[in-house]
Amino acid sequence: MPDSRILNVSRDLVLSRRASQIQRLTSLLGRSFLFMVTSVSVLAVLFIIIFITRDAFPFFQIRGFREFFTSTHWFPSGNPPEFGALSIITGSALVAMGAAIVAVPLGVLAAVCLSDVLPFSLRQVAKPIIEILAAIPSVAYGFFALVIFAPALQEHGGIILTVCLWMLALPAALLAATVISDLVVAGIPTSRRPAMRGICWLTLVGGALFALVQGSGHLLDLTISSGTNALNVSIILGIMALPTVVSVSEDALQAVGRDLREGSYALGATRAETLVKTIIPAAASGIAAASILGIMRAVGETMVVWMASGNAAQIPTPWYNLLQPVRTLTATIAGDMGEADHVLGSARYHVLFAMALSLLLFSFGSNFVSEHIGRKFRSRQAGG
Amino acid sequence: MNRKYTRFTAAILGAGLTAVTALAVGDKIVIDGSTTVGPIAKAFAEYYMGKNPSVNISVSESGSGNGAKSLVNNACDVATMSRPMKAKEKKAAEGAGILPVEHIVAMDGIAVIVHPSNPVADLTVDKLRAIYTGTVKNWKELGGPDADIVVISRDTNSGTYETFETLVMKKEKMAGKTEYVGSNGASRQRVTTTPAAIAYVGLAFTEGVKAITVDQVVANHETVLNGKYVLARPLYMYTNGRVSDTTHVGRFLNLYRTAEGRRMIEDVGYVPLKN
Repeated sequence: MPDSRILNVSRDLVLSRRASQIQRLTSLLGRSFLFMVTSVSVLAVLFIIIFITRDAFPFFQIRGFREFFTSTHWFPSGNPPEFGALSIITGSALVAMGAAIVAVPLGVLAAVCLSDVLPFSLRQVAKPIIEILAAIPSVAYGFFALVIFAPALQEHGGIILTVCLWMLALPAALLAATVISDLVVAGIPTSRRPAMRGICWLTLVGGALFALVQGSGHLLDLTISSGTNALNVSIILGIMALPTVVSVSEDALQAVGRDLREGSYALGATRAETLVKTIIPAAASGIAAASILGIMRAVGETMVVWMASGNAAQIPTPWYNLLQPVRTLTATIAGDMGEADHVLGSARYHVLFAMALSLLLFSFGSNFVSEHIGRKFRSRQAGG
Repeated sequence: MNRKYTRFTAAILGAGLTAVTALAVGDKIVIDGSTTVGPIAKAFAEYYMGKNPSVNISVSESGSGNGAKSLVNNACDVATMSRPMKAKEKKAAEGAGILPVEHIVAMDGIAVIVHPSNPVADLTVDKLRAIYTGTVKNWKELGGPDADIVVISRDTNSGTYETFETLVMKKEKMAGKTEYVGSNGASRQRVTTTPAAIAYVGLAFTEGVKAITVDQVVANHETVLNGKYVLARPLYMYTNGRVSDTTHVGRFLNLYRTAEGRRMIEDVGYVPLKN
């Protein structure tokens, strides 16, 4: 019996010529199938680039580059039509900047909190909840922005902005005062340090409080005439970009590793010092990559901006005035597509592809930068 | 053998195709033209195809001008238009042996709406234009409160925009600060929540907001039909020659006179004609 079993096994191990051919063939088939499946996504990117470029090109042939990039007159249905996209490009940039101001500090702080401050059990609960933000459909965000947030901004804009200012600026001021007074006293004899530090801290915090009170006085007087403006979408897009920023920066902070943290503690550093001076600098490139990804998310978002940015093709005066309505590239493509497809081949049709191309180029640029930063980050991690 | 088989297949295919084409030609209505009239044509088409499953109706919205062109080229049975046919187009039709016959199927009226708290009750068309071009910036200049006017327009795709542009803007361009929204409902939503806003909507969308009078005339079905309200215009369908009431095209076209058709016209936001 045992002999025959051995015989059987050896028969299976040594394949006949035919069997080995079949096996090689199936393996080839399997590999080519997997290759094809993988190629689909690569090809999709390639075809998107080819088709967008192909359809964007005629626009520049018809109208040239100058008007598109330098004029702010956007009247695609006018007679004669005008296709100045400068104000629309500015609108996209402005909204992205606003979203970054909201998403980056909040996201990075949340990531620090998740990775180094919260106890493990709480973190297990908090992270999935933050990630739910990414699962909410963007039209729901847009609806909220249009129906609830925009009227709220119109009626209580001053109060909302003041509360936001205090919530953001007070902790920042306290933190800054602490760090600066620490730095100031570094040069003087140890015995006089606590007193000097106290004086320095109090002056700085007093100054900050005075500035805050002054600032909120101005903010409270502010009336926002239209709630569908750049500020509205900046805040909403910032919240939408949060999960990306939190998730990726948290990964970067986690990747810093136990040895650096424990080394820092061993040298007598407090948890705050370890965070600010060791862990965050070590994870800086990862955090930068996270921020770029978050900004890309904000630039590419369409539904929210179409519903709540006001879609006014203008450069706000002054340009950083987030309280005025703006129009973004994505919203313009979405909003004008319906009309444009009736007049296939016209400048009106191709201008939308020119906009899509601008978005695509920006996206590629950002992706490239974030990849580059990420690679630097990984190689530094590897090198220690 | 092989060749025989091929020939046989070709014959069958040919016969089949001829039969199918014959059927299709008999029961196909092609409609092309205005994006403003499009919704009416689509509602009618859906209704008519539901009643007559053998009929196939295709509705394209390529603009009034293209509708006229289509009719002249005999490429459509019904041309929908939001303006009357120009003399030049009629001449082209004559040259092509087409006799365009005009049917007014409904009226399109636009109401100008503001927030209920706004004391301004009347605007002239010139003032309205001044608001949309940005020359008049504050409600104070119009006898209202001291607040910057939030100017809201429909997106440039919509028929409502097209009508407003024709009747009010008169070739002038809207100011850069004009906000664009995607639907009549969104216009109304913005105005209900924004005290300083002004917008224009189809007549069916004035609930919850204040519709102001234009040149002292209230916007309603009556003033739109008797021509006293200025922000109104007829909507047309053109056919080649008079169509008999017994043909599908004729029966389709006459829907606008039926109770069902009038209800559909109202549903898509226009004013049906009086019986």
